[in-house]
Amino acid sequence: MAKYIGKRLLRSLLTLFLIMSIVFILLRQMPIEGYFQNFEKMSALQIKVGLQQLGLTDPLPVQLANFWKGVLTGDLGVSHKYRVGVDVLEIIAGKMPLSICIGMAALCISLLVGLPLGILMARSTRTRWKLGDKLGTVFVVVIQGVPAAIYYLLIQFYFSRLPGASMFFYMDQPTTWILPILSLSLGNTAYYAMWLRRYMVDESNKDYVTLARAKGVPTAAISRKHVFRNALVPLVQFIPTSVILTLMGSLYVESLYSIPGMGGLLVTAIQGQDNTLVQALVLIYAAISILGLLVGDLLMALMDPRITLGKKEGGR
Amino acid sequence: MALFRFKDSKTQDLSESLARETKRQFSQEELFQFAAYDPNAGERGGYSDYSYWRSTLRAFRKNRVAMFFLCVILATLLFTFLEPLLPYDREPNTIYYSEQVQMNLFTRQPILDEAGNPVVKVALAKDMRPGSEFWFGTNAIGQDLWSQIWSGTRNSLFIGFAVACVDALLGILMGVLWGYVRKLDFFFTELYNVFDNVPQTLVAIIISYILRPGMGTMIFAMCLTSWLATARFVRNQVVIIRDRDYNLASRCLGTPTRRIITKNLLPYLVSIITMRMALAIPAAINNEVFLTYISLGVPLETPTLGNLVEAGRKVMSEPLLRYQLFIPVIVLALITISFYIIGNAFADAADPKNHVN
Repeated sequence: MAKYIGKRLLRSLLTLFLIMSIVFILLRQMPIEGYFQNFEKMSALQIKVGLQQLGLTDPLPVQLANFWKGVLTGDLGVSHKYRVGVDVLEIIAGKMPLSICIGMAALCISLLVGLPLGILMARSTRTRWKLGDKLGTVFVVVIQGVPAAIYYLLIQFYFSRLPGASMFFYMDQPTTWILPILSLSLGNTAYYAMWLRRYMVDESNKDYVTLARAKGVPTAAISRKHVFRNALVPLVQFIPTSVILTLMGSLYVESLYSIPGMGGLLVTAIQGQDNTLVQALVLIYAAISILGLLVGDLLMALMDPRITLGKKEGGR
Repeated sequence: MALFRFKDSKTQDLSESLARETKRQFSQEELFQFAAYDPNAGERGGYSDYSYWRSTLRAFRKNRVAMFFLCVILATLLFTFLEPLLPYDREPNTIYYSEQVQMNLFTRQPILDEAGNPVVKVALAKDMRPGSEFWFGTNAIGQDLWSQIWSGTRNSLFIGFAVACVDALLGILMGVLWGYVRKLDFFFTELYNVFDNVPQTLVAIIISYILRPGMGTMIFAMCLTSWLATARFVRNQVVIIRDRDYNLASRCLGTPTRRIITKNLLPYLVSIITMRMALAIPAAINNEVFLTYISLGVPLETPTLGNLVEAGRKVMSEPLLRYQLFIPVIVLALITISFYIIGNAFADAADPKNHVN
């Protein structure tokens, strides 16, 4: 297993290099008008000087080499559009903790609510009226059916009138944290509940479960020891990814409640053609998400001892 | 606590009927008897006309709710094509003018002429509420919402189907190879990482610079990234079952990889894959809403549900104009909910253990 992890980490470095090169080249395809605010009024000389300042006049390989040199020395450059002259790492460091805080709180809520909801739905499919399943399905269906942008808006609109809640987010007032966190958690709650229900229903139709039931094992023990444990295996792979997604923040929620977090930073940076900021963000996200996929695989192998990741005799 | 205990209805049924059977008196014909020796019995071959897909369809047709929503989807699809034939002749992109009573901006009273009649002027028919003239009202620049909604639904469903098809084909193929063939594991993992980490926004912007912005470009940009999630999903499922004993047995007997994939792996995954596919269409439509939100959507002259929702979102704060948001959202929600319920019911029906009863 250690050999497998080591090999994968080494190859990840190569992938990271490839990703950054692709993003780097793609960024250089953007039109040069985008780099300047008053492009029409500028003379050819001004444009040339401006491009030189951004380091865009060198040939591509030289630019790329410079960038990697910068990465190795921990210098990712300064932003030249989003906040002019500020180190990009400083911008990111200022925004990330808040997004992580809100995102992790939301993720905890979704796991704590979503997983029990999924179990409840799956177990109630065996009861006569399937009431829990029907109510849960209604919730999942509504969350899946209405676009996130809309129900976030509706939540902000109607629930911000409650005492303590507010249309906006203030760092020092804990009650204003509730609405954004709740809105963020809804999507993941529905996601986990929906898939856990699917896997548990599939699992509880298996022969060994029927045998256990025939032997007289209590229903609760069957669903805890056999069904739930097997059904959680495919879901476990996505939990690290969910954690990572919290780093990126939510574009909708953070702009609705004006939270100074990561949400939309990447989109804004790309649209503003702030190359250094885009590169730094992509580098960080890519590194973490590659790691997330690896951790997910390891968790999956840990949950289910039948899964082997490395090469094995008889494997193809 | 008794309220929270789930009674297993199937077990209960079985034990009840068993108890009933044992109490009954049996006639002579019902009891066991030794069969006479029949030399021809050994020659008789077994034959079953069980067909997997036919049974799946039969189980699916029994689900009334799912059939209802299937009809809803088909009716919506049909209606988006039939809608231009209705006697209601409004174009989605034409800006309409109508005769309106002039209002005094300060007093909010109609302006009267000397004879005491309200002054009527032809003006831009903007923000008209739903009524007999414009069935779903008009939007902020005087376009008819009814025809916009239906042509938008048609375009969105087209985008959804196109993206979901590519998604299914590429995603399942890549996912199965990634999961099953160990030699390809590293290659596909890194390919996935590369595609997954180049931001979709960047790709969409570059593509819309190179190609002309429009539906085709949009579909292309979405296809480039959408198969990733499906591939990873299928791959995880395959990794879970690839070393089960029945696959090991097949490998030992020298079954070629292709046959293992089509006969051992994919049939096992039918329920999960169909559910995933049913969700892929609404996911594509919602992705389009997101791309429109960051102003990378299709141009406004092609109405899509994304464009309409985004336009409606902007007038959300005005209570009288909220119909512009709610009508497209309701249509969008209806489509998504239908696909979800159909997918779920089909996934239930695809499990052969549910075919027996």
